[in-house]
Amino acid sequence: MDKLHLDQHISQQFNNELEDIRNKVLAMGGLVEQQVSKGLTALLELDADLGNEVSTADFEVNKLEVEIDEECIQILARRQPAASDLRLIVTVIKVITDLERIGDEAEKMGRFSAELTETGQVVNYRKELRHLGELVKSMLRDALDAFARLDVDAAIKTAARDNDINTEYESLSRLLATHLMEDPRNVSMLLKITWCARALERIGDHSVNICEYVVYLVKGRDIRHISFDQIQSEFLSKP
Amino acid sequence: MNDSHQDVFDNIKGTVGDVTVDNPKMRLSNVDVFYGEKQAIFDVSLDIANNEVIAMIGPSGCGKSTFLRCLNRMNDTIPTCKVTGEMSLDGEDLYGPNLDTVLLRARVGMVFQKPNPFAKSIYDNVAYGPRIHGLASNRAELDEIVVGSLQKAGLYDEVKDRLDAPGTSLSGGQQQRLCIARTIAVSPEVILMDEPCSALDPIATAKIEELIDELRQNYAIAIVTHSMQQAARVSQRTAYFHLGKLVEVGSTNHIFTNPSHELTENYITGRFG
Ligand SMILES: Nc1ncnc2c1ncn2[C@@H]1O[C@H](COP(=O)(O)OP(=O)(O)OP(=O)(O)O)[C@@H](O)[C@H]1O
Ligand SMILES: [Mg+2]
Repeated sequence: MDKLHLDQHISQQFNNELEDIRNKVLAMGGLVEQQVSKGLTALLELDADLGNEVSTADFEVNKLEVEIDEECIQILARRQPAASDLRLIVTVIKVITDLERIGDEAEKMGRFSAELTETGQVVNYRKELRHLGELVKSMLRDALDAFARLDVDAAIKTAARDNDINTEYESLSRLLATHLMEDPRNVSMLLKITWCARALERIGDHSVNICEYVVYLVKGRDIRHISFDQIQSEFLSKP
Repeated sequence: MNDSHQDVFDNIKGTVGDVTVDNPKMRLSNVDVFYGEKQAIFDVSLDIANNEVIAMIGPSGCGKSTFLRCLNRMNDTIPTCKVTGEMSLDGEDLYGPNLDTVLLRARVGMVFQKPNPFAKSIYDNVAYGPRIHGLASNRAELDEIVVGSLQKAGLYDEVKDRLDAPGTSLSGGQQQRLCIARTIAVSPEVILMDEPCSALDPIATAKIEELIDELRQNYAIAIVTHSMQQAARVSQRTAYFHLGKLVEVGSTNHIFTNPSHELTENYITGRFG
C-alpha cells in the first residue's frame, strides 16, 4: 500500500497502528484463500478429515474479523481519520466483512464434503466443480492481490471475471436441476453439490465487492451499481 | 523560506477547485497582501457564499488570519500592511469611494480567538454597537436588540438575571458567546471568526458550533480553525491555505474524504508535508 503513504504520519504511533491493521487484513486474506482452497480439495477428493479441518478452522477467520474490527473502531474513535486514512479504515471494515462471509462459504464446503464422504455417496460433477472452483480461487487471489497492491486496473479487470463464474454456475445448476428431477434417489447428494456450487458462486460475488472497495480506496469513488462500460472508460488507465 | 519550502511554494500553481459560487455574498479576486516588503498572501481569489459556512484551514503562518482580515478591511489598521486586488460585498467595491469602513465592519462582523469583552456590563457590551450605529430610537428597542442578540447567541438564559454584571465575570465560553452576541447585535451580513473555540472546552465548543449552524440561516460565515474536526463539522465548504497561497477549495465532504491536492491530503491526515 505504498501509494497511501501509510508510514508518513507525523504520529509514529498512528503509522504503526495502520501498518498493523494492514498486515492483519493481508493475513486474514491469506487464511481465507487457504480455507477456500482446502474446502474445494476436500470436496473434489472426498477427504472428510480435510473437510472437518476447514470447518473447525473457520473460527480463526472469525476471530481475525473481530480483532480487526475492534482496531478500526479504536482508530475511528481516537484518531478521527480523514481522506485516504478514512477511506482505508472504511475499506478494511468492508473487506473483512466479505472475507468473513467467504470463510463461511468455505466452511460450508468443508462441512458438506465431510458429510458426503461419511455417508459414502457417489459424487458426480467433480469436473464441473473443479472448473468452477479454479475460476473462483484465481479470482479471489487476484482480488486480494489488487487490494494488497492498491491496483485499480487489476481490480477492475478481476471484477469483470465474475461473468464467467456466473455462466459456469448457471450451466452447472441447470445440469443439477435436470438430474434432480430424473434421479430422486440421489436428492441428498445432488442438493449438497448444488449448495457447494452456490457457495463458490457467492465467493465470486464477495471477490467483486473487494475489487470495488479497492477502487473506492484509491480513487475515492464508489463504483458499485454503475455499469462496467462506464467504470472501464473512467477508471481503467489508457494503454 | 528554505529550499524545500521554496520548491513546495513554486509547485502550488493556482487553486484546485471552484473558487467562485453562484450566489456570492463577497467576492475576492487576485488578492495580494504585503507586510512591508514581505508578501503574506499570493494572488488568492475566493467567493464567500450566502447562507454558508466556509472553513479556512492550513498550517500556522500560512495567511488565514491575514486573508480573513481582508474581508472587512481590518488589515488597513496595520500600518505596514498593503492589500491589493478586487474585493466586493454584494457587488460593491470594498475600496470604493463611498464605502464607510465603520459601516463595513458592522456589516462584516468579526469574532476573535480570545474572547474580548469590553470592561462594561453584559448589557452594555451588546448595546455598544447598536448605540454607536443608532440602531435603536429608545430604550425599549435597545432592550429588544440586546435580549434578541443574547438569545441568538444562546447566552440569554444563563445571564438574564445579571445583565448588569461585568462581561468579564463570565466564563470563557460565555464570554465568547457574549462576543458573538455583540457581533450580531449590529445585524451583520457576514461574520468572520478567527479560531473562535480555541480556548473553549468541548461543551462550550459544541454550543458555539450549534450557534454557527443556526446563524448560517441568515448570514454568510467564514471561520478559521486549527481543528480539522471542527472544520468538518461546521462548514459546507473548506479552503486550504499553504505558504500564502490558496491550494484547494471545495465542498467539505469532498475535502475530508477525497481531497484533490496532495498538500491538502497531507495536512488533514497529519502527514509530513
Ligand atoms: N502584523 C504583522 N506584521 C508583519 N507580519 C505579519 C503580521 N501579521 C502576520 N504576519 C505574517 O504574515 C504571515 C501570515 O500570518 P497569519 O497571521 O495570517 O497566519 P495564520 O495562518 O493566521 O497563522 P496562525 O494559524 O498561526 O494564526 C506570517 O508569516 C506572519 O508572520
Ligand atoms: Mg491566525
